[in-house]
Amino acid sequence: MKTKRFWLRTAILALMVAAIGYTIYANFFTEKTSVKIGDEAPDFVLTDLNGNKHRLSDYRGKGVFLNFWGTWCKPCEKEMPYMNKQYEVYKKKGVEVLAVNVGESELSVKKFVERFGLTFPVVIDKQDQVMNAYDIGPLPTTFLIDKNGKIVDIITGTMTESMVQQYMERIQP
Amino acid sequence: MEHVKCECGHVNPIGTVLCESCGKPFEENAPALLDMRYEGSARRSQTYNKTIIDKVWNFFSSVKVGVWLIVITLIASAIGTIYPQEMYIPPTVTPAEYYEEQYGWLGKWYYQLGFHDLYGSWWYMLLIALIGVSLVICSLDRVVPLYRALKKQGVTRNEQFLRRQRLFSSSHVDNYEALLPQIKEKLAKHRYHIREENGNILAEKGRFSRWGPYVNHIGLIIFLIGAMLRFVPGMYVDEVFWIREGETKEIPGTNGKYFLKNEKFIFQVYEKEKEKKVFQEAIDRVGSGMMAKNYQTNAVLYERVGPIIPGEKPKLKKVKSFSIRVNEPLKHDHYALYQVDFKLNELSKMSFHLIDKQTNKQFGTITVDLLQPKDEYDLGNGYRVQLLSYFPDFYFDEEGNPATKSKVPNNPAFVFKMITPDRPDGEVSFTAIRQTIEPLGDNKYKMAFAGMETRNVSALTVRRDFTLWILGLGGAIFMIGLIQGMYWNHRRIWIQRINGEVLVAAHTNKNWFGLKKELAKICEGTPLVMPVDQADKGR
Repeated sequence: MKTKRFWLRTAILALMVAAIGYTIYANFFTEKTSVKIGDEAPDFVLTDLNGNKHRLSDYRGKGVFLNFWGTWCKPCEKEMPYMNKQYEVYKKKGVEVLAVNVGESELSVKKFVERFGLTFPVVIDKQDQVMNAYDIGPLPTTFLIDKNGKIVDIITGTMTESMVQQYMERIQP
Repeated sequence: MEHVKCECGHVNPIGTVLCESCGKPFEENAPALLDMRYEGSARRSQTYNKTIIDKVWNFFSSVKVGVWLIVITLIASAIGTIYPQEMYIPPTVTPAEYYEEQYGWLGKWYYQLGFHDLYGSWWYMLLIALIGVSLVICSLDRVVPLYRALKKQGVTRNEQFLRRQRLFSSSHVDNYEALLPQIKEKLAKHRYHIREENGNILAEKGRFSRWGPYVNHIGLIIFLIGAMLRFVPGMYVDEVFWIREGETKEIPGTNGKYFLKNEKFIFQVYEKEKEKKVFQEAIDRVGSGMMAKNYQTNAVLYERVGPIIPGEKPKLKKVKSFSIRVNEPLKHDHYALYQVDFKLNELSKMSFHLIDKQTNKQFGTITVDLLQPKDEYDLGNGYRVQLLSYFPDFYFDEEGNPATKSKVPNNPAFVFKMITPDRPDGEVSFTAIRQTIEPLGDNKYKMAFAGMETRNVSALTVRRDFTLWILGLGGAIFMIGLIQGMYWNHRRIWIQRINGEVLVAAHTNKNWFGLKKELAKICEGTPLVMPVDQADKGR
């Protein structure tokens, strides 16, 4: 009788703790987006300023530093030179940078790339399709993708140069 | 000591206050009026307190704790209305800075404690969850013993039980056997269920009203489960997107499966000449053209066929055309698209003449597509215009440089380089709306504004909610429980002969007035004395 009561209460409490735990976890400890850390990065195809198509799945075996940005976004502007500099170093080590512009005019993007002398491929998401797939909220947002195409980390907000360097180190194959 | 045996022979669980069968009070100093809450049954939480599990259980089993949780939640909700919630502050500002700037240190704390997004803050959710736990445990701990007690209640009661009921009387009846059928008939007329045992009567009605609160709680719990399911991926979609006239766009939240084309956005107002005569007065009062009549997006829904790779140009198959109006959403595949906002006359194209400032002679016109401007516009005869920089939403940044606030052409500005046969190196001109700056000295030529094209933009909400029926079910059960407990009363009348006296006692869970009136009718014309409300005696 006593043990039956104990187990019944334990079971009911455990059930409720599990339900609450899941709700709190789903809300606060995972990204509130459809794309989460540990997921496979959604594949996409976008065209860069030179007309070359970049398909994410073609980068398997390499780490991909996937950065979403806009020309009007000052924090994005700030971290671009850092990315450019670290790209020089980590390119040889198998890390690719893909900068996805969030659907601005080609002219604006081109002028921006020229101004900062960006050497990594910059693609434009003209129809917001990739933005939707990655559920992009505030800019900049950076996805660290490892050589198996898994999302290792998602960073929103500006990065310092040392952060950029550390992140590239993390996804180096 | 697991059980308490009553003198009537019934075995009760430990902690029982009144015998489940005969109602005899177990306490030594039972009060003059019995506390009939939960039929005096053993609330088990009060009885066992040994393991950690029991302690946690007992904590939540307390109604006091439950009430406090609700009070705290209410206070938190009230505080959440002091400053605006995050969704109502301007979308361009950073919340962390906004609250401190606007409301000082109070605003800072407001933000840091999560009051700015109350329903999304972890502690608020935890409070709601704890209320849920309290609800489940409180109910379980009460409904089980109550059910037992009501099911096992005996007809013949202990004398003490009867004498200590709130409504009680004792009468001398000469011929009880003859009276009995008459009383029974009267009780039956008032729809009482009658049980008889050795000439003792238990008349009862509306017992199911006692389950009302618990049915209500089940409804609440189902509702909470429904609310919880919204966080399960795929159960709930709620997105907003803007779409320009003529644009075809992926509908967010559909995983790239559906696209929408905005053929036209229509905004109509009530105008005096166009409406029926009866409306004239009303229109005059607010002013003609002041009152909105219709917001409408003529849309075409497409489904993407073939493999979905974001960024790839989609192959689209038309599903249907539909005019989305307020409260008339486009529905398909459990998705619903609602008209939610609009923007009239967004700039789409701007035209400029290349002119000689002195002679005003024109050398051609360029038309700039504000979403996809070209780098160079050739006017022929050696006249060319290059677009060096483009700022769709122009402002001067902190360093005084021209910059853009967004990608939306709200306030376009251009840096043109005008190349002409007599100025082969070109002249640079900064051209914004009603503003021309010539940064490299006086120019001979000028880009003169020649006209513009605009279009409307519509905002639509994408909804898909698979939890709605659960919320509906929970709400319905909630209401049923409420009605069950509110509009019915559980009334009981005991009539018993003990030592030549006929005792009449009655109890109800609410509406004593109604019970008294009923009793008066039953006692009328019989030798039974109308029971007295013993609760009045003390006063």
